[in-house]
Amino acid sequence: MHCAIANEALPLAANPELETQVNKIAVELRCLVCQNETIAGSNAELAVDLRQQIRDQLQNGKSKEDIMAYMVDRYGDFVLYKPPVKISTFILWFGPFVLLFAGLWTLLRHIRRENRPIKTVQDSVDELSQARALLSSVRKDSK
Amino acid sequence: MKRFLPLIIFASLCVFLVIGLQLNPKEVPSPLIGKPTPVFELPVLDQTNTQFSPEQMRGQVWLLNVWASWCVSCRDEHPLLVEMAKQKLVPIIGLNYKDKDPLAIEWLSKMGDPYQLSIVDKLGQVGINYGVYGVPETFVIDKNGIIKYKFTGPLTTTAVQKELLPLLAKLNQ
Repeated sequence: MHCAIANEALPLAANPELETQVNKIAVELRCLVCQNETIAGSNAELAVDLRQQIRDQLQNGKSKEDIMAYMVDRYGDFVLYKPPVKISTFILWFGPFVLLFAGLWTLLRHIRRENRPIKTVQDSVDELSQARALLSSVRKDSK
Repeated sequence: MKRFLPLIIFASLCVFLVIGLQLNPKEVPSPLIGKPTPVFELPVLDQTNTQFSPEQMRGQVWLLNVWASWCVSCRDEHPLLVEMAKQKLVPIIGLNYKDKDPLAIEWLSKMGDPYQLSIVDKLGQVGINYGVYGVPETFVIDKNGIIKYKFTGPLTTTAVQKELLPLLAKLNQ
């Protein structure tokens, strides 16, 4: 009797080794339809098509680099989950480190200033007697 | 000055965030702009014996509009395309993307056919070569077969008036 509720399971890949390779490439590519998913993880139709594309190209003897270049030619750098290092992505790659070092520098400066020993005031004898005189004159006035 | 430094940093951060919020993450710049149209040859919808290739449009500025009968936003965009065809602004070639022929033909007869002709990309292979990721998409192609611009998502009256028309005028000079 046929009473399955769930969809029929897709046939397992004829060639599991090829599938692992397809997957290895697909996890590094972004699905442009649902942008936070990889092509390996997405079930969007485009992702399914692109997985097929990777499979076909691998079977035709293309290397991973060839396939990556193929994708970038069509969808741009955006398709790569790991953006390439180039002038337009310098801020993206190095900005966080610049911020980190700026923060560390400010912090260190701050700590050093706080730890500076407080200068003990060595009043000279003259200054002391002057101060006493001043104090006593104030006292007299208030009486 | 020093007192206001945190405030200044905070304000500039806000400026960046506001700019960020106004960007559309769905609009991915196409690497194909400025490059020749990818070559293909596909059958024409409703005339299965005729083949079309972009070479045939050499010498003309034209639009390649990717559409499908299953695509909801194509429905929004369609009246505008029909209007543009009526005014004979520019030849529009349709790329019927991953669709079924009878459904596509029925859709065109119901909604009006703005296309000089539509080509059938049943498997979406040409779509991949053009970097299509969201239907509808519209490519502006110049006389030498170079892709000059790409609209992702449905065309709007504003986009046509502010972007498409000036661009067409420039390309047709």
